[in-house]
Amino acid sequence: MLLAPVRDTFRAIAVTVVPEASALDEPGWSALEALVEKTLSKKPAGMQRQLVTFVRAIEHLPRLRWGRPFTALSPDVRTRFLSSLERAPVLILRRGFWGLRTLVFLGYYARPEAAAAIGYRADARGWEARRA
Amino acid sequence: MNARSYDVVVIGSGAGGGTVAEGLAPLARAGYRILVVEQGARLAESEFTGKEDDMADALYEDGGGFLTADGAMTLAFGRVWGGSTVVYTGTSLIAPKRVIEGWRVPGLAHADVEARSRRYMAENGVHLLEPELLNDNNRLFVEGCTKAGFRSEQFPLNLRGCRGSSLCNLGCPNGAKQGTHRVQLPEAMAAGVEAVTRAEALRVENGRVLIRVSAPAPGEKGSPSEWAPGDYTVSAKAIVSAGGSIGTTALLLRSGLGPSLPRLGAGFTCHPAHILVAEHERPITNDVGHPKSFYLDRAVEEGFVLETCMYFPFITAKNLTGFGVPHATLMRAFPRLQMILVLACDKAVPQNRISVDTDGKAVVHYSFTKKTVESLVKATRAAARIFFAAGALRVHAPSADPPLLTRAESGAIDTRVDERHFRTGRISVSAAHLMGGCGMGSSPADSVTDSWGRVHGRPGLFVADSSLFPDSLEINPYLTVMALADRAAERIREDAGSLLGAPGRAR
Repeated sequence: MLLAPVRDTFRAIAVTVVPEASALDEPGWSALEALVEKTLSKKPAGMQRQLVTFVRAIEHLPRLRWGRPFTALSPDVRTRFLSSLERAPVLILRRGFWGLRTLVFLGYYARPEAAAAIGYRADARGWEARRA
Repeated sequence: MNARSYDVVVIGSGAGGGTVAEGLAPLARAGYRILVVEQGARLAESEFTGKEDDMADALYEDGGGFLTADGAMTLAFGRVWGGSTVVYTGTSLIAPKRVIEGWRVPGLAHADVEARSRRYMAENGVHLLEPELLNDNNRLFVEGCTKAGFRSEQFPLNLRGCRGSSLCNLGCPNGAKQGTHRVQLPEAMAAGVEAVTRAEALRVENGRVLIRVSAPAPGEKGSPSEWAPGDYTVSAKAIVSAGGSIGTTALLLRSGLGPSLPRLGAGFTCHPAHILVAEHERPITNDVGHPKSFYLDRAVEEGFVLETCMYFPFITAKNLTGFGVPHATLMRAFPRLQMILVLACDKAVPQNRISVDTDGKAVVHYSFTKKTVESLVKATRAAARIFFAAGALRVHAPSADPPLLTRAESGAIDTRVDERHFRTGRISVSAAHLMGGCGMGSSPADSVTDSWGRVHGRPGLFVADSSLFPDSLEINPYLTVMALADRAAERIREDAGSLLGAPGRAR
């Protein structure tokens, strides 16, 4: 499993990106991570390695400024740190974070439970289902 | 290596390939052997579940997340029996006269494109959606346009029996959308045209195509291929590549045609797009009803087009800028969200092109020109005005920082939404109208094919898809692809005697 070595950091990133993820139970996390793993499994090995390296960098880079790893930071500081990546002057950092947040959104919002929780109600029966 | 022989091989089954297949049906009836090769799978009606993660992998190349070389834009294109006609919204517009004339392709007249487009509009049941089937998301767009001083127009759509699932981009679960998999391909098959799915065209050579047929992965949707897994050499007197802008261009580059065709890969355009959302006070009907019923065409005046749209939770989340509480708050407002797709009418420039890597995989090089960014920003400003005029409380604009504009800021749209906030890698840009790479023209010096899709200097090799566009079409492209594909099919029919010889020899 690709995420296994960086699972704690990945989950800390996930709850920063989608605060509701903090309410997930273990089956919920498993479903989220399974979607992410499924997507990653179709990507080239080089891209998979880059992602794991990027997550590891997110874990350790905050030591330079805050003296603690990402997982030990408060929610506010985690948000500030990820915002700095999102707004980094270097495209590769912005792109790396964009890719990571995309994976988190995929894992969280592509689950039927999350879609239902935000009120998404599309149904193959269309108007018939809505007017029933 | 397995060997097969046909008179004509058509690579791709979307708007281009499906149209060519139907156009060659008379030849099939006359005894010529014709094969359609599709990389994707053939799905049963029951497999269209409307579930986002489920369908994206089954219908799109790279799950819809094919990235440009610098990773700054995602490109969505179909990989399934029926190609992108399975995943579009059925919007059926005829190419503008000014665009076709602006292409300056010798032998290509707008009147001809229009006549062929109208024939396919009739064949595909194109009509305007009945007023009772319009949802609030579309009505609010019309209302907002009117109040903001814009003139919206209704999209003609190729639907039969639309139930309003809103799931067009995940493949219609009710079979209402009249893509090639429902109209042109069944007609071709009934005439004797054959098909092989899960079959990737690796290379074209003189008079043959190398094809790799794959078995389904465990749990994967779709029928197994009609042929046993393995590599095949398929000989053919005529080969038509209709794998789309990226697929066809990459195939011809992999096949070594680059040196003799210096324009191969050039002229890529894609209508780069943002999804904008706005929050209303009360719930609106948005995830029910056809999602794309109206548009606003400002291509001539300001270089953009706005279209109504409605996307699914993950795609919506991905396209909103930012993360954390503000992002989650907007997602929780889903039943109150109105959406508009803003598209820039980008122009062909030398740096935007398609190449292949050392493994032969397609690489799309795209950088946003100043003019394209200006168009996206102008489009975003116009959409924000329309949202607020329609009564929205808040508007999410990617080219604003912070991206959320409140109603109190509706008078400051021009300063809040600005080009300096368009930062690739921070904001999401996507495209689904992929065009160019094998542009039409008069000679190898300026193009890859002639106006009939015949590749310069390669008798028997044709192109029939959006890669033929020498520049942006500035509208939704499928109908124009069908018109150009129909021309390629006509040319093959008319030249059948000299091109294919007598029927009945292929095995």
